[in-house]
Amino acid sequence: MTTDAAETALVAETAGDRPGPVARGGRPARRAPRTGHRSAGERPSGTATAILLVGALYCLLPVLWVVVASTKSGSELFSTFTFAPSTHFVENVSDLNAYRGGLFWRWMANTALYAGVGAMLSVVVSAMAGYALAKYRFRGKSAVFNMLLAGVLVPGVVLAIPQYLLLAQIGLTNTYWAVLLPSIISPYGIYLARIYAGASIPDEIVEAARTDGASELRTFAQVAMPMMAPGLVTVFLFQFVAIWNNFMLPYIMLGDDKLFPLTVGLSGLLNQGASQPALYTLVITGALLSIVPLVALFLLLQRYWQVDLAAGAVKA
Amino acid sequence: MTTTTPARPSAPPAVRRRQPGASRRQAAPWGFLAPAIVLFVLFLALPIAYAVYLSFRTEKVSGLGLGSGSRTEVWNGFANYAASLADPEFLASVGRVGLYGVIVVPTMLGLALLFALLLDSRRSRATKFSRIAIFLPYAVPAVISSLLWGFLYLPGVSPFYYVFERLGWDVPSLFSSNLVIFAVANIAVWGGVGFNMVVIYTSLRAIPSELYEAAELDGCTQVGMAWRIKIPIVIPSIIMTFVFSMIATLQVFAEPTTLKPLSNTISSTWTPLMKVYRDAFIRGDLYSAAATSVIIALATFVLSFGFLRLVQSRAFGQEK
Repeated sequence: MTTDAAETALVAETAGDRPGPVARGGRPARRAPRTGHRSAGERPSGTATAILLVGALYCLLPVLWVVVASTKSGSELFSTFTFAPSTHFVENVSDLNAYRGGLFWRWMANTALYAGVGAMLSVVVSAMAGYALAKYRFRGKSAVFNMLLAGVLVPGVVLAIPQYLLLAQIGLTNTYWAVLLPSIISPYGIYLARIYAGASIPDEIVEAARTDGASELRTFAQVAMPMMAPGLVTVFLFQFVAIWNNFMLPYIMLGDDKLFPLTVGLSGLLNQGASQPALYTLVITGALLSIVPLVALFLLLQRYWQVDLAAGAVKA
Repeated sequence: MTTTTPARPSAPPAVRRRQPGASRRQAAPWGFLAPAIVLFVLFLALPIAYAVYLSFRTEKVSGLGLGSGSRTEVWNGFANYAASLADPEFLASVGRVGLYGVIVVPTMLGLALLFALLLDSRRSRATKFSRIAIFLPYAVPAVISSLLWGFLYLPGVSPFYYVFERLGWDVPSLFSSNLVIFAVANIAVWGGVGFNMVVIYTSLRAIPSELYEAAELDGCTQVGMAWRIKIPIVIPSIIMTFVFSMIATLQVFAEPTTLKPLSNTISSTWTPLMKVYRDAFIRGDLYSAAATSVIIALATFVLSFGFLRLVQSRAFGQEK
């Protein structure tokens, strides 16, 4: 039995990861594709299906509402039935475009920049660290791993204030860097990458690359990275969504609304709406447009995950 | 020689060839880890150390507090901590978040487990549609989901109030001081249930099908199978989702901050983190804000490690 607190977490996590979210990546799925399993001929249950559909409706309700509400004019918003659509969608979008010279689209571009570049850099950093932790034996390895693992459990948001103060001292607050740099380090991403590297890269292949005279860096970039790729897609998506959805970090770091991501921008707009209800239609239309890219990415990504699961099944 | 190690006949030459790379092999992992360690130190370790340092400091005002030399930073011992822990606003926010967590975490994980089991059951239909629909809220930032639900809670907009009004029921506003915690909790459940469902569902899919076949031969029903096979096997996943949900709950910030303009029952110290924000950036009292954030971080650590230890000795103890 281990006594150290970090070790405790490590054991529980490793026990937890076996069938956990990581199974999506390089880990082979042990079960045959579900279609064959289902055709075994069990009669469908109305109750089970109904519960699932109620859950689906609950989850879709606010999204359906924002689609309908974005077609309403400011006065209709509070006067017509919630789900009665209207005809002002184009008008609302052009109002939003006109708002302070297209500031909304600037927020959209900023968000894409923070999430895209941040997640990409995060994947590279996590993949390198995960590979080193999974495929090398060296002194201090377990200390490094426990330190990073403790980082998984650090309430990230509590860091925002000291991060602000430190970045303020080197004059980086209220710049793109203030949001981008703290987003690159992801202890959870490193933890996942370590599991993917351990599960998907056979030691013999790394050894073979070395005996062929490949440098360590080249072995990593050209042999290990491609094998870890499906898992790294998951790390990328986790981090992309985390940065896209982040509110407190940019809220604290940024003062200039030209640097805002969507979350901070729309929250500010809602705040102003309390005194100018005319802004509510802008907020609602903005909310709809801001979830479109991520929802689109998710529907695409859904296919990626299935490919991923299928790839795992093929390997098994 | 080769007969004693039949499995690895090529071992001796490989060892000889490995020699020149040995020192390189020791340096390489550190090279790969360097970016992560540098960023970890700069954006995690250093901020934590700085917050701890600030939490023991305070600003001393001499004279009238005017002019640049009149304010000096001095050591303050545990006074900031004592003040924080005695602050009724902080204690109220902790109590609120405790209640909020008791509402959110079991509801969210219970629903996530239920949906995951139903998706995995062969007797369910429309599983692909439901899975995508229930997972969809994960793609919606907390700020946007608070904004959407916030409007749906407004009696002038809400379909629920529309129906209640037609029925002649007098339903209190969800933004009233008693109910607002459920209004916020609903947003968190809505946003989190799909992600946790996918985590549990993924681990359900990793269960070998022979187990089910064996259970079926023994005449086990679908519900019996869920209780006796599926749930015990996915317990480790549920534990991890529980810990992550607990951490997320303790730092709830975006939802109430977004709802604040729509409701006057959410104060600027509604959650501990909102209080930290207000102290640091609106009142400019970095020292007490630092002490409060260290307290929140410690509480999170104690709770998550304590919980992991507890379940480890219960659930994993016998494995060793």
